[in-house]
Amino acid sequence: MMDFNLTEDRRMLSDTLTRYLAEQYQIEHRNSVAYESPFHDPSKWTEMAELGIFSALANEADGGFGGAGPDIAVVFEALGNALNCEPALPLLMSSRLLSAARQDQATLLEGTAHYAVAIAEPDAPYDLLDITATANDDHRLSGRKTSVYGGNIADYFLVAAKAGDCLNLYQVQAADAEVIPYGLIDGGGAAEVLFDNTKAKLLIKNAQSALEDALDAGIIALCSEAVGMMDVTYQITVNYLKQRKQFGRPIGSFQVLQHRAVDMLTEIEQSRSITIKAASELKGPNASRYASMAKNMIGRSARLIAEEAIQMHGGIAMTWEYAISHYAKRLIMIDHQLGDTDFHLNRVIGMLNTA
Amino acid sequence: MDLNYSATELAFQSEVRSFLADNLPNHIASAVRNGDGLTKAMMDEWHRVLNKKGWLATTWPKEFGGPGWTPVQKHIFEEENCRAYAPRVVPFGVNMLGPVLHKFGTKEQQDTILPRILSGEDWWCQGYSEPGAGSDLASLKTQAERVGDHYVINGQKTWTTLGQHANKIFCLVRTSTEGKPQQGISFVLVDLDTPGIEIRPIRLIEGGHEVNEVFFTDVQVPVANLVGEENKGWTIAKYLLSHERTGIAGVGFSMQTLEEVKTIATKIKRGTKRLIDDPLFAARLAEVEIDLEAMKITNLRMLFRAQERGAPGPETSILKIKGTVINQELRDLARRALGPLAAPFPGHLGEGNILFGPPDTAFNAARYFNNRKTSIFGGSNEIQRNILTKTILEL
Ligand SMILES: Cc1cc2nc3c(=O)[nH]c(=O)nc-3n(C[C@H](O)[C@H](O)[C@H](O)COP(=O)(O)OP(=O)(O)OC[C@H]3O[C@@H](n4cnc5c(N)ncnc54)[C@H](O)[C@@H]3O)c2cc1C
Repeated sequence: MMDFNLTEDRRMLSDTLTRYLAEQYQIEHRNSVAYESPFHDPSKWTEMAELGIFSALANEADGGFGGAGPDIAVVFEALGNALNCEPALPLLMSSRLLSAARQDQATLLEGTAHYAVAIAEPDAPYDLLDITATANDDHRLSGRKTSVYGGNIADYFLVAAKAGDCLNLYQVQAADAEVIPYGLIDGGGAAEVLFDNTKAKLLIKNAQSALEDALDAGIIALCSEAVGMMDVTYQITVNYLKQRKQFGRPIGSFQVLQHRAVDMLTEIEQSRSITIKAASELKGPNASRYASMAKNMIGRSARLIAEEAIQMHGGIAMTWEYAISHYAKRLIMIDHQLGDTDFHLNRVIGMLNTA
Repeated sequence: MDLNYSATELAFQSEVRSFLADNLPNHIASAVRNGDGLTKAMMDEWHRVLNKKGWLATTWPKEFGGPGWTPVQKHIFEEENCRAYAPRVVPFGVNMLGPVLHKFGTKEQQDTILPRILSGEDWWCQGYSEPGAGSDLASLKTQAERVGDHYVINGQKTWTTLGQHANKIFCLVRTSTEGKPQQGISFVLVDLDTPGIEIRPIRLIEGGHEVNEVFFTDVQVPVANLVGEENKGWTIAKYLLSHERTGIAGVGFSMQTLEEVKTIATKIKRGTKRLIDDPLFAARLAEVEIDLEAMKITNLRMLFRAQERGAPGPETSILKIKGTVINQELRDLARRALGPLAAPFPGHLGEGNILFGPPDTAFNAARYFNNRKTSIFGGSNEIQRNILTKTILEL
């Protein structure tokens, strides 16, 4: 029977995380940690692990209690609501990969070891087929990885590299690679990671489908995070329309602004729907197709929500002081992660006939 | 009809070009190109170079030392400046207060203030907006009470662009609460060194400091600093708005940004293919290029109309709306083209780390965010549409 309500377990998970973030990780605190190294709050990270948030991202066989699309969606929507900058995305993607490699991931889920996923390269930002980092017969890696989210604090890197024509997955100790950490304009940290005949452990031979699953899961996480952010951005904007007075009346009484706020609402509903769909298809035969649909739509709607929220606020939303500016930055920059609007549109185009 | 520049205009164009080639310092052009923000010293330096040549106050009438250019010449000058990555002249003294004093200032005000604007001795900023008075500027509350031969000013201005560099501010203040709000406003000149003034920085979305709050507590300003008549400041404010309109379409900046996007998209690779060869990206870019080609002509048509009528009409609001949308679209493309390479927070990049993207691109995302301001200030795009609705549609 069709049912759009969350299961009892997921509702509790959502409530627990939402309450924790509302009490312990408000936007002021977020802004005080998100833009300075290490670009997150290590003690809050530990608390979140203790709450079991990260275990919800892995299935039982791997020591978690979730790991399905809707579990991921619930966690990341709550994180997005609070504009949280903890490196949960690399944790999720690492968990998928370690699971595919049948590796123990207890320390990952406990939050005691940091893993980061090194897939993208300067000339291969989004597409696995473009990867050029190489591994030799002794599993030594050479190449340059970019946008390694959470790479600034990682203990281990999970690296996609080619051995001949075969795309494999390797594990590298962070200390063995050259790591150039940096902060992101929308908060949080990342790194460029350089390998030069760097020793590595082969985790998965022919890792194409494991990597695709990690990317699909990551995309669902990003889309859910975006939906969470859009909700808040929309709420704050509508409240502002009610409160801000110009020309002796609330600016929300101007019909042009009313209709544009309604358009925001419509796009958020659509975004939520495609994200639910993609989450429910994760692990299935069409997982990548729906993930691409979701990421394309989010790319378009997140930009609309961010730009309209700023515009309808006027100058105030252009300031660092005001929360909307930070939500807007993250909403826009999500399009630069794991494939942008055009990249995913291309993938959907490529799969039109197989639909 | 002839869309070509005349022989004299072409000669003028090459004169401007070679002037810029010889006189625009490299370090300034490169700061403009990479968007790293100009320092006060750079802005001052460029101000002096232009003034020495007599090309600073291009909007001033000849009798006040302007070059006496036609609108087309001004347009050519703007276009060439953008092409060469020259900085925009800081407008508050030269392009705002200057024209106001030409029309409303006393002889004494003109004689003392105008030369100091040209020389750069005074840096003016614009004190119009208040926390409660943005689009509805006439609702401003900063009060100026007449006590003997002084006004005593209390209140707050905000969004004061580059106020941190300024030593003077021109303000709209309330001198009467009687009648319609527009009727009790006066235009006064204030020395920022006067006791009772405090300037606090506002940090913008991308992290930069370009606007400020200015607080006034019992600030005494000589009555001689009033411009025009008391309670007639609204007329001046409106006059100034109509003068802000040259270059309002930002065509030159958009041409600059278009070139930038093309350069990025030829350097950035997706696999072995250049981004510019990706049909989806190319389609986005081509569409904006079409819009911009049309905007160049729309801009010139409106310049001509203004020349014929002697003043810009309300249709210049079209230039503001479409001009900012085109430029924002291009800024979106520049950021988008860089993909993940746009993501580093430029504030954290050390010298060595700017290897991430192609040259001059480290600030692209920051510029995209900062540029959202252009559809908000100078009369938001909603307010521009209201103007068109009233004046042209007559609805
Ligand atoms: C970076 C920056 C620099 C600036 N520099 C200066 C400066 O140097 N000096 C200065 O004096 N000011 C400056 N400003 C202020 C600028 O002029 C105001 O931000 C602008 O007038 C809008 O006012 P507001 O921000 O209060 O928005 P509001 O007026 O509160 O508007 C909020 C929203 O409501 C909309 N709205 C308002 N009225 C209507 C209506 N009747 N119909 C439909 N929609 C409506 C607006 O378009 C906007 O979308 C600057 C602003 C920025 C962001």
